[in-house]
Amino acid sequence: MQRTRAQQLDAIFAALADPTRRAIVARLASGEASVMELAKPFAMSQPAISKHLKVLERAGLISRGQDRQRRPRRLEAKRLAEATRWLERYRRIWEANFQRLDALLEELKAQERPVRRAKGGERS
Amino acid sequence: MNEAGTAKASATQGGATVKNANPFKVTTPTGKEIRMTRVFDAPRHLVVDAFSKPDLLKKWLLGPPGWEMVVCNVATKPGERYRYEWRNTETGYQFGTGGVAREISPGRIVHTEVMDGQAGESLVTTDFVEEGGKTTVTMTLLFESREIRDMALKSGMEHGVAASYNRLEELLVSQQV
Repeated sequence: MQRTRAQQLDAIFAALADPTRRAIVARLASGEASVMELAKPFAMSQPAISKHLKVLERAGLISRGQDRQRRPRRLEAKRLAEATRWLERYRRIWEANFQRLDALLEELKAQERPVRRAKGGERS
Repeated sequence: MNEAGTAKASATQGGATVKNANPFKVTTPTGKEIRMTRVFDAPRHLVVDAFSKPDLLKKWLLGPPGWEMVVCNVATKPGERYRYEWRNTETGYQFGTGGVAREISPGRIVHTEVMDGQAGESLVTTDFVEEGGKTTVTMTLLFESREIRDMALKSGMEHGVAASYNRLEELLVSQQV
């Protein structure tokens, strides 16, 4: 199936919209694993996990390893990086904003404080 | 109070210990949305002020380094228009964004947004929930289509420094809801 770049990215974002699939991807980031191994930490049946794996596979985020018995799944890190660098960049811009906001809020809190202190007396 | 419960759950979320920084998550809950959640160490009224008063907005809503906010006209009630503009201090390049306010209340600001040079309008809902002197801000950007959402995500790439790939794990942790 021939898909455009935009469609591929759509599939990646859709695949990552689900918390279970994100957890599977996070698990695979530390090494390949069989379906059974992947199912273990989740309160889910193997068929349920397999469904999630199929979505991830279709998005090109994971692939199957060499071992035909275990059929381990592994992360296609390059593919994931393509999608996540957008989110990462976006996140960074906003984190920079929010860190400035943190500093501003500290200032605003400090401006409010003297009013309260003046009432009760600052020193004991 | 249900909301307090969710705020607590998201604050302790992430598995590994995240010290120093307040938890910050960027997720794509559906194909048409971007959602950001961040906790601030301040009561709600101060956070809402910082999101709605021009002299305060100009101090933090700046994006990547090298940009200053040169226009900040806010909407004070539903139906009014707002307009923000930024200027790059080096290149002089200027761009802006604006829209119409739909709802302005102590716990929620809703407005439409159209960025200069970009197709499509988004609906931005910002919720402010205070618990124990801290305020959780959740911004949800709803786009008309997945394509426009992805374009908005991509537009961040065009400004500023190059993206790094080695913080993937950190991102994944932050994405787990």
